[in-house]
Amino acid sequence: MNSAPVLEVQGLKTVFGTRDFAVHAVNDVSFSLREGELLGVVGESGSGKSVTMMSLLRLLPSPPARIESGRVMFEGQDLVRLDDASLREVRGRGIGFVFQDPMTSLNPVFTVGFQLMEPLRTHLGFDRKAARRRAAELLALVGIPSPEARLDDYPHQFSGGMRQRVMIAIALACNPKVLIADEPTTALDVTIQAQILELVKDLRHKLGMAVVWITHDLGVVAGIADRVMVMYGGQVVESAGVDALYENPTHPYTRALMATLPSLDGTRRDRLMTIAGQPPLLTAPPAACPFAPRCAHVHDRCRMANPPLIEVAPGHAAACWLAAPGEGVQNGV
Amino acid sequence: MAFDSPKAGETLVRVADLKVHFPIHAGLIRRQVGTVRAVDGVSFDVARGETLGLVGESGCGKSTTGRAVLRLVDATAGRIEMAGTDIASLGSEALRRMRPRMQMIFQDPHASLNPRMTVGSIVAEPLSEHGTLRGSARQRRVEELLDAVGLNPSFANRYPHEFSGGQRQRIGIARALALDPDFIVCDEPIAALDVSIQAQVVNLLEELQERLGLTYLFISHDLSMVRHIADRVAVMYLGKIVELADREALYGAPKHPYTQALLSAVPIPNPKVEATRRHIILKGDVPSPANPPSGCRFRTRCPIAEARCAAEEPAWRKLDDGRHVACHFAT
Repeated sequence: MNSAPVLEVQGLKTVFGTRDFAVHAVNDVSFSLREGELLGVVGESGSGKSVTMMSLLRLLPSPPARIESGRVMFEGQDLVRLDDASLREVRGRGIGFVFQDPMTSLNPVFTVGFQLMEPLRTHLGFDRKAARRRAAELLALVGIPSPEARLDDYPHQFSGGMRQRVMIAIALACNPKVLIADEPTTALDVTIQAQILELVKDLRHKLGMAVVWITHDLGVVAGIADRVMVMYGGQVVESAGVDALYENPTHPYTRALMATLPSLDGTRRDRLMTIAGQPPLLTAPPAACPFAPRCAHVHDRCRMANPPLIEVAPGHAAACWLAAPGEGVQNGV
Repeated sequence: MAFDSPKAGETLVRVADLKVHFPIHAGLIRRQVGTVRAVDGVSFDVARGETLGLVGESGCGKSTTGRAVLRLVDATAGRIEMAGTDIASLGSEALRRMRPRMQMIFQDPHASLNPRMTVGSIVAEPLSEHGTLRGSARQRRVEELLDAVGLNPSFANRYPHEFSGGQRQRIGIARALALDPDFIVCDEPIAALDVSIQAQVVNLLEELQERLGLTYLFISHDLSMVRHIADRVAVMYLGKIVELADREALYGAPKHPYTQALLSAVPIPNPKVEATRRHIILKGDVPSPANPPSGCRFRTRCPIAEARCAAEEPAWRKLDDGRHVACHFAT
């Protein structure tokens, strides 16, 4: 697990807007993804998890989106400064992307086979026949029965779970080193989600790729991730190995988030724990801790300065002043 | 096929063999070519003050059941008794008089509030439609309702777009409460909300239930949340209820193979548990309700199906512990 990073993000800042109005969606996000690792990215809507990943590949329309600063190192290149032609090579070939909604991310007027063969022909220079053979292999790989015949079907002839399998097949077409999956199971039912999770667990070992898995579901992450990054207000608030995060959540937001979940197997509480208030609007660059207005342990320092990620144990960091040595959060304050 | 609720309270809602079929029309003269059996013979009771959870995957007919129980869609067959009155066959004027007693909270707080009406007029609308309050008395009632759901009454003049998702859902709850209903169908009330906001809304629903003695039919696909809020739980698959049991019995020891698979598919937020847990992975997708499998509807995906399951539809049986289950092999 301690192999070299395949993807390294440093100080990424993405802003949406014009001169008069801005939303600071990604604020100084840094992380690295090691070879073969599965990184879970957890957060609520508006926490910046999707925008961060879209920014990496510059998939956001500009304007209004603007990457203000930061570096995204992939195979020795900085994707933020890469020219369009080289970036096109990285998209699809080096880094595959699976989007949330399988209903809208496939083109309804082309066959699934055509959409699968497109990256093979563009990036790998396959001829029609070879591309078709490989496309059928890919459909078989993601568990679609009679793949050869189904290449000529249109997206509407597939169910939601099957379409998400097709999306994964397309993302895997060129053997990417990194797969970024943006809430790929959120639109699916739990029994279908379980199928997709099994598939990804199986494929990533088979193909040895690194995966970034974006989700709002702490349960999904617990089952598949090696490491987890919790985001709030456009920032990484906690980052840890999966066992450490669930055993010893350190940031008050992570702790609150885990406490609000009703459990399927544990004791049942009379009332659920809640987090008062609303997530921040991010219309200004953060000058204070973004969670301060909702935090049960807030003190003056939180409202004056935005805490950096502070290491609480090897490989486990939290952006909270209370996580600093000598402070109380680790002792359950 | 009605059965007794375990709670001592009187039965408020009794649904017997409810069917909702939708015709499929095709061709130039729109001839009927088939039928979607969205709800195909569903029976359950809800006791006063109780929460019955109704769970299942998309397309299983849980929302249609909820709508049919309030006669927002007409039932094709079956009885729906609301405090002893069969509303399935009620005429429109008599039905209208029943409406204040039964209300609904909708899934999508963005689509279920009229964007051109102020919050005050949204909450006041049922009052002017059915109630007798006028003028400042009505105004006071609106303020009281907004206060009851945790919104600042001075927000009455604002429009829905000025509120967040969780706040909008509170507005929908205030509207449902306006006429002092006995029975509320909550159709996925938290599905569109973020995790940290879901808990706020669920706690509000529970507080209101205790304070006002409300009875809920809580429709959801979130099995963890249903375990939290429901007293009894019904599991639907392809238009039928496959298992109905007390919360503890259902989650502790599910008997129907579909309930077992559904529960095992829910990820548990604990990596240690997840690492050792055995997931039952169902093959394939849910079949079309326009052409359901013969016999047991779950047999095409069931890990323990035998020849008998295709030939013979399993009876809706009561087991020794009081739960009901529709499977040949459940004991």
